[in-house]
Amino acid sequence: MKKFIAVLLTLTMAFSGCAALAEGVMTHAEYVAAAIDTEVVVETYVQAKQSWWENKATVYCQSEDGAYFLYEMACSEEDYAKLEQGTKIRVTGYKAEWAGEVEIVDATFEILEGSYIAQAQDMTALLGTDELIAHQNEFAAFKGMTIEKVEYKNGQPGDDIYVTASVGGQSYNFCVEVYLTGTETDVYKAVGELKPGDVVDMEGYLYWYEGVNPHITSVTLVK
Amino acid sequence: MSRGRTALLAVALAACLALLSGCHGRKELGAFAVPDAFDTTRRHEITFWAKNDTNMTQVAIYEEAIASFESLYPNIDVNLRLYTDYGKIYNDVITNISTNTTPNVCITYPDHIATYLTGTNSVVPLDALFADAQYGLAGSALRFDSPGQEEIVPQFLQECMLEGSHYAMPFMRSTEACYVNKTYVEALGYTLPDVLTWDFIWEVSEAAMAKDAEGNFLINGQKVMIPFIYKSTDNMMIQMLRQKQAGYAGEDGEIQIFNDTTKALLYTVAGHAGTGAFSTFKISSYPANFLNAGQCIFAVDSTAGATWMGCDAPLIDISEEKLVDFDIEVMMVPQFDPEHPQMISQGPSVCVFNKEDPQEVLASWLFAQYLLTDDVQIAYASTEGYVPVTTQAQQSERYADYLRRSGEDNDAHYSVKIDASRLLLEHTDKTFVTPVFNGSASLRNAAGQMIEEVTKSARRKKTVDEAYMQALFADMTALYRLDQIETGGSAEEEDLGALPAASAALLITLAAVWCAMGAYVLAQAIRKKK
Repeated sequence: MKKFIAVLLTLTMAFSGCAALAEGVMTHAEYVAAAIDTEVVVETYVQAKQSWWENKATVYCQSEDGAYFLYEMACSEEDYAKLEQGTKIRVTGYKAEWAGEVEIVDATFEILEGSYIAQAQDMTALLGTDELIAHQNEFAAFKGMTIEKVEYKNGQPGDDIYVTASVGGQSYNFCVEVYLTGTETDVYKAVGELKPGDVVDMEGYLYWYEGVNPHITSVTLVK
Repeated sequence: MSRGRTALLAVALAACLALLSGCHGRKELGAFAVPDAFDTTRRHEITFWAKNDTNMTQVAIYEEAIASFESLYPNIDVNLRLYTDYGKIYNDVITNISTNTTPNVCITYPDHIATYLTGTNSVVPLDALFADAQYGLAGSALRFDSPGQEEIVPQFLQECMLEGSHYAMPFMRSTEACYVNKTYVEALGYTLPDVLTWDFIWEVSEAAMAKDAEGNFLINGQKVMIPFIYKSTDNMMIQMLRQKQAGYAGEDGEIQIFNDTTKALLYTVAGHAGTGAFSTFKISSYPANFLNAGQCIFAVDSTAGATWMGCDAPLIDISEEKLVDFDIEVMMVPQFDPEHPQMISQGPSVCVFNKEDPQEVLASWLFAQYLLTDDVQIAYASTEGYVPVTTQAQQSERYADYLRRSGEDNDAHYSVKIDASRLLLEHTDKTFVTPVFNGSASLRNAAGQMIEEVTKSARRKKTVDEAYMQALFADMTALYRLDQIETGGSAEEEDLGALPAASAALLITLAAVWCAMGAYVLAQAIRKKK
C-alpha cells in the first residue's frame, strides 16, 4: 500500500510538473542537456538584475530546479522596470558558453504570473568539487572564508573588485561585479575595505569565469 | 568579470550629443588661444582620464609620471581616473561634453575625437600649442626634455589629424599580431610561412578539427579546440577589406562597406565558423585563454595583449593545471597578398579638452606633452607590446637595451612581448589607419558586428545566403545609424536645417515646463512676501 501511494504521489507530481510547463518549455535538466548554440525555452524567476542599456538586460534567474544567466536579453527600459526580484518570465534564446559560463544569449522574454525568490544555499563544502558546477548561477552562500587578497580591477575604486578567499587551505576567486552592484552599495564599499586575514561570510551568484567566480552581493565580517 | 559592451550606448549618446550641439541650448566655449605666459602663481587642478590594459604596472607608470610632473610644476595637481575600456571613456566623455565637465586630458582614439568635435570648441586643436616657442614641443620654457614635432613618428602623428588640425598626439602605438601555437601547426604536418596567409590559416584550422572516436580532438586530446579565434572582429573586417583593396569608407565619411567583397568575406567566415574552426572573443572568450590551454592555434589580438600570450606569460587568466606547454610564434596578421602585407595601426592617443580658463588648458597641455618624454614613453611601452611614438625614445640606448634583453626573463623582458613590439617597429611602413569622421566609430562597430552575426548564425546552423546578407546589411545600417552620417564636413559646418517635428515639439514642451516652473516659483515668492 505504501509503495502504491508513493508511486501515485510521484506520478501526480510528475504530471503536475509537466502541466506547469507550457509546450516546448524545457526543464532545467533538459536545458543542461541541450547543446551549445541550440535554441532553448525556459520559464524561470528573476533574482537579480545586472544591467540594462540600449534595450538589453543582463539578469540572474533561478527556478526551483536550477539557475540561468541571461546575457543581454532584448528588453525595453519599461519592461526592465517590471522585472522585480521573483518575477516569473518565459525566456526564448540560444544556449551559449563564455569562458565556462553557460548562459542564454540573444533572448526575448515575456512576463508570466508567479513568483519565486531563491534562498542562498550554503555551498562552502562544494568549493573545489566537481559537483559545484551543477549549481552554476544559483544564489549561494560561502561561510567562514578567509580573505587573502582584494584588488580593484584597474587599481582604484570604480571597476570590478577581485577577491581571493580561502577555506580548508584552498584558495578561490570571487568578484564584485560592478555592473551588478554599482560602486555606492554596501557590498562594494565593504569588500573594498577588507584586509587579508579577515574572515567573512559571503552571498552571491555562482558565476563562472575560467572556473568558479561567484559574483558577490553581500559580505559579513565574522572576525 | 565585466565584458566589453559599450558600443551601442555610445551610438545613442553620440546621437544625443549631436542633438545637444544642434539646439545651441548650452553655454559654448570660445576658441582656445595660447596665453603669453604660464601663470605659476596660481594653482591648477586637472583631471586625466587614462586607460590601462588591466595591467597594474601601467597604473604605476601613470602614477609615477604624475608625481614627477607635479614635482616639476608644483602648482599643478593631476587627478588620475582609470579605465580599462576605451568605449567607457568614450561614453563618459560624450556625456560630459554636454555639461562642459569633460576631463582636461584624456586617452582616446581619433575615431572618438571625431565625435567629440561635434561639441563646439570642446577639443583643443594642438597645432598652435605644438608651435609655441615657449611651451610648445621642445619649447624653451619647459621644465622637461620634450621631443620636437619632427621627433614624433610622422605616421603616428598623421593619425591624429582631423579636419586639417591635430586634435591629439599619439601616446602609444600597437598593431595586431597572430600568436601561433607552432608546436601544433607542425604536428599537423605544416610549416609556418614567413608571412601568414588567410588560406593557410583556414586550411590548418580545418585540419585541426579531426577527432577520435570519443570526440576528442586529435591535435590536443581535449574536448575543446577552436583553432582560430579573433579578438577584435572590427579590425579583422577592416584589415581584410584593406588587403583586398575593397571599399570600407571614404575620407569624407562615405560608407562603402556594404559591397560584394564584404559579402564574400562573410561567406568564408561563416563557412569556417560552421565547422567550429573559427570563433571570436565575444562568442567564446579571450583568445589567450584558449591558446594557453592548448585549445587554439591562431590567436589574433593586439600586440598590447602580448603579456597574456604563451604558457610562460607573466599574466595568465587560467589555472595552472590547464596550461599546456608549446612553442609560440608572434606573426603578422594573415594576409591576402603576402608580398604586400598590410596591418592596422592602433593604440592610445591623448587629447586636451578646452576650458574657460586658458591657463588651465595650458597646464593640461604641459601634462599631455610630458607623456611624450622618454621616461614615460619607454616605461609604458615596455609594459606591453607597444612601441614608443617618438623617434627620440625609439632610438635611445635605454630602449635598445630593453629590446636586446628579450627573453632574459619572463616578466619585464618576456620574449613574446618584445617580439610583438618588434613586429610593429620593423613593419611600421606597412601599417594603415581608417578614415576618421563623425560616425567612423559606428562604422567600425558595424564592421565587427557583421562577423559576429555570421559566426553566430553559422554555429546555429542557420542559412547564410544572399537574402541573409541583404537583411544583415540593412540591420547594420539601421542599428548603427549609418544612413545618418553626414559626408563632406563636420556637423558644425553644415546647415543643420529645420528641426524635426518631434524635436521641435520636445523643445517647446521643455520651454513650457520651464516657464511653468518659473511662474510657480514667482508665485510662491509673491505669496511669501504677502
